[in-house]
Amino acid sequence: MIEFKNVYKRYRGGDQDVLKDINLTCNDGEITAFIGPSGCGKTTTMKLINRLINPTRGQVLVDGKDTANVNPVELRREIGYVIQHVGLFPHMTIAKNVAVVPRLLKWEESKIDPRIDELLNMVGLPPEQYRDRYPSELSGGQQQRIGVIRALAAEPKIILMDEPFSALDPISREQLQEDLIQLQKDIKKTIIFVTHDMDEALKIADKIVLMKDGQIVQVASPEEILRRPANDFVKSFIGEKRLQQAIDLPTVADVMAKKPATIYPHRGLAVAMKMMEQKQVDSLVVVDEKNYVQGYVSIYDVTSAFDNEDKKVEDILQPFSQKVSPEADITEAIRMLDEGTLSYIPVVCEDGKLLGLLTRGSVVGHVRNVYAQEGLALQNA
Amino acid sequence: MESFLSFFDYFTNSFVKLLGMTYEHIGMVFLGVGLALVIGVPLGVLCTRNKTFQNVIITIANLIQVIPSLALLAMLMLVFGLGFKTVVIGLFLYSLLPIIRNTAVGLNQVEEEQLEAGRGVGMTPLQLLMKVRFPLSLPFILAGVRIALVIGISVATLAPFIGGEGLGREIVSGINVRSPDKIYSGALVAAVLAITLDYLLGLLQKKLEVEKL
Repeated sequence: MIEFKNVYKRYRGGDQDVLKDINLTCNDGEITAFIGPSGCGKTTTMKLINRLINPTRGQVLVDGKDTANVNPVELRREIGYVIQHVGLFPHMTIAKNVAVVPRLLKWEESKIDPRIDELLNMVGLPPEQYRDRYPSELSGGQQQRIGVIRALAAEPKIILMDEPFSALDPISREQLQEDLIQLQKDIKKTIIFVTHDMDEALKIADKIVLMKDGQIVQVASPEEILRRPANDFVKSFIGEKRLQQAIDLPTVADVMAKKPATIYPHRGLAVAMKMMEQKQVDSLVVVDEKNYVQGYVSIYDVTSAFDNEDKKVEDILQPFSQKVSPEADITEAIRMLDEGTLSYIPVVCEDGKLLGLLTRGSVVGHVRNVYAQEGLALQNA
Repeated sequence: MESFLSFFDYFTNSFVKLLGMTYEHIGMVFLGVGLALVIGVPLGVLCTRNKTFQNVIITIANLIQVIPSLALLAMLMLVFGLGFKTVVIGLFLYSLLPIIRNTAVGLNQVEEEQLEAGRGVGMTPLQLLMKVRFPLSLPFILAGVRIALVIGISVATLAPFIGGEGLGREIVSGINVRSPDKIYSGALVAAVLAITLDYLLGLLQKKLEVEKL
């Protein structure tokens, strides 16, 4: 367990605390992600754990022991460390890179060799093929795999990872994230993972620590942080992408049928019948010459009143019980469709003019279009 | 053609003598450059620790470097007297600058990420120096040695003026007795020696270079 107690950090010569009153507990066997915009202090906080940085005030405890009383070199050998730019030693073979910490800890050579093979196998790099290669002969994703197993080599309980996958291409990044999740199932280490990528944090973390300007803004599980963001900053930080998805939700104007079948109120019923037949609909929206919505006539009303040749549309029209504005949220409009008696709702401007009709058919049609386009985009990508 | 034949004749006849001089020459140069390595590399390490220290060291080494070699050797003779020892001290002084400077440059070019990785896995500062910083700056230090050797071979030809041995003796005696054959022989062997050493060290340097990540 790692505990931060009232930790402050101010750099020598600096006039501001880069960390302010950090109080935090990271549980054993969990992945805790530190996240926030650059300069928020997430990496600084992580480096306090292995004393690459020392606190100005306050305590950092590892398993109840104040790290200030532990020799930093020995402390670091007990804590795995994966740095942002991989940081493999280019003059050492893969085997030597992986064995750095066991050698520093003076393990017996007979113990080191099998351990290297075991670790290489763990990340799917056949030892006989990779042991004697140099880091420059490996791809970025393979290099960071080695970076990860180097941190695991001496079986530390705690592993610090400083934006480990940020320099990788998106495909390797996702692959390594998944590998890490799989790996963690077996090894159950206490992992501190610094990232600026919310998707990454949501994907791998058990607990997310969101920081800003040297302070912790919220500590919560991924589920909780999504459901109950502590404030607007958290919302905007989580939201950027996800809120955009919400904005992309279509409005009624995007979805409505734009040229509904209409009829003027002073027309006769035979005309109405003919129009319905032509347009293959069972009702018509009644609008006046200026396109103001008057109501609707349905095929049942027309047929039941058809024998009376004097009757006009305006005599039998029924007013709409529901109308919707073109800017309305589509979810709201669909709810109205569900609850209402009609299978469509007129889309009406503020001044009462008809713009279109929202029908179940038009909603389905829109959804089909969107997915068809996305499918196309995926195929092209 | 005739002069070439006489040179060739002289050269083959005095080959064994020239070989002996070459041996002496190499001895002086290696000793001077070797001493410079022993003193210069630690000074180079100190340079990376402290900016003012670096300025002082590099300035002094620079000053030594700009003194004309004959003048430097003459002044050293005034202090240390005639002989082998004085030549070696001169060569040592001349080799300092390239070795100190290249050591400092080599150590400074090691990427911060490798240093952080080294610290992060729990290396002591000494382990970091020996296991990471030195191996990664070796090609640079070797380049300094190459420069020092080439300079040293040319400076060492002045050794006879202050009582030293080596290929310079052949050249100086050639000047005294006005024998072009002697002068050419000494100069040629010294030049070939410089080129050969430079080439061999170049090969070694390439071998030690690691591909950057």
